[in-house]
Parts: sequence; structure tokens; C-alpha cells
Amino acid sequence: MREIFVLAEHRRGELRDITFEMLTKGRELAQKTNSELTAVILGKNIKEYAKTLAEHAKRVLVVEDEKLEHFNSDAYQKVLSHLIRERKPLLTMIGHTSYGIDLAPSLAVELNLPLATDCIDLEFEDDSLIITRQMYGGKVNVRARMQKAESYIVTIRQAAFSAEKEQVGGEIVEVPSPLSEEIAEKKFIDYVLPPPGAVDITAADVIVAIGRGIKDQSNIPVAEELAKTLGGVLACSRPVVDKGWLPSDRQVGTSGKTVKPKLYIALGISGAFQHVLGMKNSDLIIAVNKDPNAPIFNVADYGIVDDLFKVVPVLTEKLKELKGGKA
Amino acid sequence: MDIIVCVKHVPETAEADIRIASSERDIEKTGLVYDINEWDDYAVEEAVRIKEKLGGTVTVITVGPEEADSTLRKCLARGADNAIRITDPKLEGSDGYVIAKVLSRVIKDIPHDLILTGAQAGDDGYAMVGPVLAELLGIPHASLVKKIEFKDGIARVNRELEGGIEEIVEVKLPAVLTIQTGINEPRYVSIMGIRKAMKKEIKVLGLADIGLSENEVGEAGSWIKIEKMYIPPVEKQAEIIKGSPDEVAAKLAEIIKSRGLV
Repeated sequence: MREIFVLAEHRRGELRDITFEMLTKGRELAQKTNSELTAVILGKNIKEYAKTLAEHAKRVLVVEDEKLEHFNSDAYQKVLSHLIRERKPLLTMIGHTSYGIDLAPSLAVELNLPLATDCIDLEFEDDSLIITRQMYGGKVNVRARMQKAESYIVTIRQAAFSAEKEQVGGEIVEVPSPLSEEIAEKKFIDYVLPPPGAVDITAADVIVAIGRGIKDQSNIPVAEELAKTLGGVLACSRPVVDKGWLPSDRQVGTSGKTVKPKLYIALGISGAFQHVLGMKNSDLIIAVNKDPNAPIFNVADYGIVDDLFKVVPVLTEKLKELKGGKA
Repeated sequence: MDIIVCVKHVPETAEADIRIASSERDIEKTGLVYDINEWDDYAVEEAVRIKEKLGGTVTVITVGPEEADSTLRKCLARGADNAIRITDPKLEGSDGYVIAKVLSRVIKDIPHDLILTGAQAGDDGYAMVGPVLAELLGIPHASLVKKIEFKDGIARVNRELEGGIEEIVEVKLPAVLTIQTGINEPRYVSIMGIRKAMKKEIKVLGLADIGLSENEVGEAGSWIKIEKMYIPPVEKQAEIIKGSPDEVAAKLAEIIKSRGLV
């Protein structure tokens, strides 16, 4: 029986969420294609992970090797290409993460198999794989057919699928590591953890977040004043940190912090999925953006389609009046 | 250090009103403003900074029609020395794999110590050209790079992981590094600078020059073929508050107050 591979992702002692999201989708695809779901885990001291994965998959392939202690795309590529050649899975699912982005493209070239990246949905039509992904910063969806092949590779967007648990009781299969020597071309050296920030935005009840729409560093006080009035903190989306206008500990999103305040006000933030993943669970979300089609309006509770510089100063004044009235 | 930077000329869609073209396989491009892909902008800046520090040359390469020359000129104005554009009508419909294949055919004949690409393109978002190119050239790569240092034939780089964490990785040169936004602050390019760059030559190559046949490029040579493009279905829609700034601000203040947040 053909297999569907899901590459388990782990870092610093934790299996990452994307693993379980892919296992859930993989299980559905395995049922539809009459194939078996196989989790693949590479690393050192990973017996506990293997047990956890066996609760979600029919089979867990475990490759233990000191040389796999830390993620290294070259080492992973050698092991995975070996496993894919040996077992010819119908599909290999890898996270569209900092690891998967580093690994999947060169793996696909080595194996001469088609790859689709950053997929948000997958389905088989006979033997063809049809994928759904986004383009133009999430403004459009694309349905695409992959070049027909014996085996396919995809990377899956984080949180594209929800992780559902099912007791499977799969078998754990230890596979000898095919790595004979250290990878000379690429070496993992160390992790760099973020410096402890002056402000912990994850602890705030109210967050006023700014994006590209703030236009210039000199405009930041407009948002800062609103945050201050609400007793909240100022945060931002990626472009603001990239430009050096706010420090990286203020960034909300996949490459920054995940927050869940009582109130999140997004000012001039378009709502790329990387940002949305970091704030969508906030209790109340208000978005101000000039673009009526900005994806942020699909996650916000209330939206204002207007220039933030016209709305925010007035809002700050009204709130100050309300506070004054209370005192 | 001789550096090659792969760049892409892309439509700016962040604040544009997007419509699906009648083919339903792309967006309507008329009226959109094109510029260098944001990630590539950082890659070019990084290459020029390395050149300024260590000497050498910077060559920029793009795959695209004549309009893409404006992106190459911007790179030349910023400090790149040479520019190459590969163009052919048969490249229409190519995915990231084909683009990397095309680039590899040109780059293999140019001496280089380092190749930089943007981590992804703002239009298709594949995030694959750099690592595919590295594999085709048989050299190592590191993606999502936020910092680069050199020592004895090695690039020591910081890769951006999730949640604010980075990892330090060393790769042997020559290597491909894909650059993440925020690695530097791209310098301002003056109109004067671009005018000066107008005088520089852009080398233009076609498919025949790089030894690729028709069935190796375009949709025929691609891993994925777009069948349908559509506006994403809306699962949830914010309640839009309409009115003058004064009216909407009053309504918002009320909502915030009703939640006990002020």
C-alpha cells in the first residue's frame, strides 16, 4: 500500500504545531487515496516524540543519529531522499516553515519530483495532485495542477489545517541512519534567542498595532497616543520592524509574538496571514485601513475603511473625553 | 568577492485593488505599478555593502520582459556593476523551478563566490528559487538570512526561525543565500543615480543562448500549472462602520466603552 509521509518538525524540545496540522490533513488524504499515513521523524533522543506521533499515524519512521541533533537541511535532505527512494510515498508533506523552506526545494530537485510550496489545500484527482495556494500577498487564491509524477512533495502553510487528535496506535519503525559522515558544506552552530524586551506585548490587555500604513516613523506618536489613552502598548507588523521604526520585540506574527489581548486595534495593517496568525485570537479586533479589500477585515470584528490619520486622532480625543467624564 | 544577485520585477499589490483577469489564470495587470521585489531590494543592498567592504563585483540577473530593465537600472544605480536579463515569450507560465533552471544556465558560466536571492517574491510567493538554484548548481544554501559574516571561505549567517528565534549556520562558499527583509536598510536611489545607470549596458539573452528547449520552460517544464485564480472566499467579515471620521470615532469609542476597556 502506498504511503503519505508527514515530516515531523521539532525544535528545542518541542514537536511543533504544524506537525499535527499536517497529520490531520494527511489522515484525510490517506483515507481518500487508500494509502497509509506515515510520520517521519529525524533527530537525536526522539523516542518520546515517536510515541506521541504513533497516536496520530499508522506508522512512525524514526531515524536517530547524532548528526541529526539540530535541523540541517543538507542532512535532512540526505535522509529523506533515501527514505523517499526506498518507500516511494504517494506524497511527502513538509511544513512551509523556516525548516521546510530550507529543505523542500533542493530535496525535490535531487529526487526530480514536483514540489508545490505554501499550500493551503490539497486533493487528488485520480493520480494528479491539485493544490490550492495564495499569491499576491494573500489577495488571490490559486488552484493548480502539479506535473504528473510517481510521487509529490508539498510544503504546507502553518495553521492552514486544524490539528485534530485521533487515537491510531501506529507502529514505530526504527530506520538506520543513512548518514555516514558529518555534513561538511553546512553546519548548525547555535540558536540566537531574542533579547528580553523592555515591554512584554503578550501581557497587555490593549494593543494598538501599526503597519505599513503608518507611512513614516514621524507618524508613530499618532498611534502611541491612542495606546497611551487606552492604557495599552504599541505593537506592529513586520514592515515596521524591517524599517527599523520599532524594535523586533514589538512585532506580532509568526516571526514575532503571538498575542491575545482584550482589544487589538490594527492601524494600516493589511493582514498578511503571518500577522493574522499572531493576533486572530484577540477578544475584540478593530481594524482601520484605506483598502476595503485588505484581508485584515476578514479577521476583524469592526472595520473602518478610511485614512487612519483622519480617524485615530479623533478617536483618541473621544476616548479622552470618556475617561474625563468618568473621573 | 564576486556576487550574483537574482532579482524580479513585480507588480505592487499591497495597496492596489486586485481584479482577476478574464483568463482566470492571473490578475489584471493593467494599471499596476511595478518595482523590484521587496526581498530582492534587501539582497541587492546587502551585495553592494559586501562589495564596498571586501571589493569584487555585483552582477544582477533577472528573467522578464523589457519593462524589467527599470528594476535592473535601479540595481545598477545602487551600485551593481553588471546587469543581465533573460527573456523569451516561451517563458510565460514558468514557475519558480523553471526560473531557477534558467538562472542556473546563465550563472554556471559566470565566476562567482556568492549568490543572493530574495527569500521569496511578493507576487507568487514560492520561496523556492534560491534553494532550487543551489541544488542545480551543486552548491550549499541557507534561506531566510538576516545577517552575513565571512571567514576563510565560509559564510556564517543568521537564519530567521519562527517566534523571534534565529539560528547561526555556516555554509561553504560558493553558496546561495536567500535574504529576508530587514537585514539592512536599502539606500535611497536618486533619480540622478538612475539616470546615470541608463548609460550602462544590460546584456539580454534568449532561450537559445542558454541552451534550454521549449519543453523545458513555461508550463511544460514547470512543476505546477495554474488552472484557476480567484478572490479568496470570505469566512468572516468585519462589521464596517461608515460615516465621517467624527462619526466612526464616536461609534468606536462607544464600542470600546461598552466592553469596559476605557
